Amino acid sequence: MSARNSEDSRRSQILAALEDQDTTVVIDDPLENSMILNMGPQHPATHGVLRLLIKLDGETVMAAVPELGYLHRGYEKIAESSTYHEFIPHTDRLDYLSPLSNNVAYVLAVEKLAGIEIPRRAQYIRVLVCEMARVASHLVAIGSMAMDVGALTVLLWTFREREKLLDIYDVLCGARFTTSYTRIGGLQQDWTPQCTAMLRQFLSEFDADVREVEKLLQNNRIFIDRCENVGHISREDAIAWGLTGPLLRAAGVPRDLRRDVPYLVYPELDFKVITFTESDALARFYVRLAEMYESTGILSQALDKLPEGPYNAFETKKVLPAKERTYTRMEELIHDFMLINLGIDPPVGEVYHAVESSKGELGFYLVSDGTGHPWRMKIRSPSTCNLSTLPIMLKGGMISDIVAVIGSMDPVMGEADK
Amino acid sequence: MNDRILEKLHALVPENIAGSREFRDELTVTVTVDVLVRVCEFLKTDPELAFDMLIDLTAVDMYRPEARFEVVYLLYSLKNTRYLRLKVTVEEERATVPTVTGVWPAANWHERETFDMFGIRFAGHPDLRRLYMPEEFEHHPLRKDFPLMGIPDSLPLPRR
Amino acid sequence: MGLENLQRDGFFTSRLDETIAWARKNSLWPMPMGISCCAIEMMATASPRFDISRFGSEVMRFTPRQCDVIIVAGTVTYKMSKVVRKIYDQMPDPKWVISMGACASSGGMFRSYSVVQGIDQFLPVDVFVAGCPPRPEALLHALIELQKKIQREKSTGMTMRSESLHIPEPTA
Repeated sequence: MSARNSEDSRRSQILAALEDQDTTVVIDDPLENSMILNMGPQHPATHGVLRLLIKLDGETVMAAVPELGYLHRGYEKIAESSTYHEFIPHTDRLDYLSPLSNNVAYVLAVEKLAGIEIPRRAQYIRVLVCEMARVASHLVAIGSMAMDVGALTVLLWTFREREKLLDIYDVLCGARFTTSYTRIGGLQQDWTPQCTAMLRQFLSEFDADVREVEKLLQNNRIFIDRCENVGHISREDAIAWGLTGPLLRAAGVPRDLRRDVPYLVYPELDFKVITFTESDALARFYVRLAEMYESTGILSQALDKLPEGPYNAFETKKVLPAKERTYTRMEELIHDFMLINLGIDPPVGEVYHAVESSKGELGFYLVSDGTGHPWRMKIRSPSTCNLSTLPIMLKGGMISDIVAVIGSMDPVMGEADK
Repeated sequence: MNDRILEKLHALVPENIAGSREFRDELTVTVTVDVLVRVCEFLKTDPELAFDMLIDLTAVDMYRPEARFEVVYLLYSLKNTRYLRLKVTVEEERATVPTVTGVWPAANWHERETFDMFGIRFAGHPDLRRLYMPEEFEHHPLRKDFPLMGIPDSLPLPRR
Repeated sequence: MGLENLQRDGFFTSRLDETIAWARKNSLWPMPMGISCCAIEMMATASPRFDISRFGSEVMRFTPRQCDVIIVAGTVTYKMSKVVRKIYDQMPDPKWVISMGACASSGGMFRSYSVVQGIDQFLPVDVFVAGCPPRPEALLHALIELQKKIQREKSTGMTMRSESLHIPEPTA
């Protein structure tokens, strides 16, 4: 799309959004005009199907307009026709790099709405699972950011670590990737001693392996030059534009939902909230790296403190009964049938619950009308809000910085487009 | 803390609070449309309340003949680590709400999404166009009268 | 191919079709059209543990001009369908299509207003892979099936007589 399109009578509204008084120059000489470049939905480095329209002056970016919607699957409309249980597999596909934390976020919101209290063992297992998902997601974020900047080896090494985590998921949840592990009132199946052994082994090898990755990048002149002072956003802008997660913490705001609005058993666990103040791509990279180490600390603490007990709440009208009892006893069979087909019936009301996922604040806003289907579900996805600050971060940089900025922001389009 | 918020809001706009409810320890306050921007500015700038982050902005289609849509604002205060939910109701005809992008710039994309999904216009928004659906799409998907499978031939498909 | 006598005689005989098909199937460079979750499993297939390059797919070129097979991995929405078709049209012949995952093959679990219920509505698909997402082993199995299909194809453009035979419509 060149500036010559301005003579085209069928102007797209998107192009109209790019033009404003500061960046429009009307000169006849074509070499003096600015160029509009399309970084289309299919691009190796846009982390999914994100379309960017960039207005360039030479190689400097003057304005950028992101266009979403290429992966809009209609989750919220689907939620209005599904029962609360039926929507759990859909939540896997939201932030598909850490599917377990989406599962946990959703069932926490439903349990808050229905007023179900879950046993302590289930809470500890959910914490274990959330932190494993955070480590897996940050591994991919670091790997793909380094790959986008040019360090291809890092991606293969972090995927090797991720495979070990996916093996643990395989044993624990039955599936390696889209797990649908949590249920309303608890979990699908219990945490086994085999999982403990695998996780302890993973933790013993993790530090050394990630130090290898760090050694490649820490003093690497090219990596630092490409990422330092790139994609800067001020602290006030970060708060005003609704940034959350590692991006907000890299801007100097120590907001972490696990500390500020605690859920599950996080008050009993000891961890630091990592903040940096430079708020550029390099700071975000370091935040993610340090958060991985904190998460492994939380994992060892939770493994040591894991209590015995039931892993599902005992509320027969809302929680699915255990499968062995469903197949052998009449009452559990009837409950199972009613819960699956007609859904739990929470009280009329609305509730919002958010967790600190690896991208930011992932929240579910549920409006219930008393039946088994939610009347309205809104997914507050962190990637959408993070992407809205792209025009600010990209302005004034060069084309090659775009890739580093998007890599440091780590958007996941399944979540951003819902 | 919730009572304190209600107290201050009643002091600010005594006749325009249409209702409030506290459910599962969350406060929801419904105000009328004409005082919306004033209330939002007060909530953001008041040093004790300090709701400086807009977390979410969405709408709910209640599918009733009067006041069909409810626009919901979810605010968060960094200082007090508390949430607050603010609501306004709009009719189906002339579904227009003043924009709050002047108070919180984060509302920009959220209002675009609400316009895309429900058709509620935001007066004063700098750039109100669709966020998720293609520009040429003529319907608003999250309204209750839009079918789940969509309307046939409303979206183009390339030939085989 | 008569490779057994290669060391003795110094040459081997084969049909031209077979040799070209053998070369094509063992060097399929994929075009990763990674759209959503299946893209992560596709990246895992390229990672060291499952290693797609031992089957000939050495590089995943992101430009369609240098690729043989397009792996559509993920949910294709109506908005994205135009882009997928454009990328497919930009690939030079001979080209094949692998539809990876339930979403690409049939719309998957998303029966909604914006998801195309199967990419075979606008693309000619060679291999469908089931799964949500398919395990990397399943994708490798699909690649092997595609290789078997390519071996059976007529690679040099010569058609057998029966294929060009015109069979008239039955008159009632």
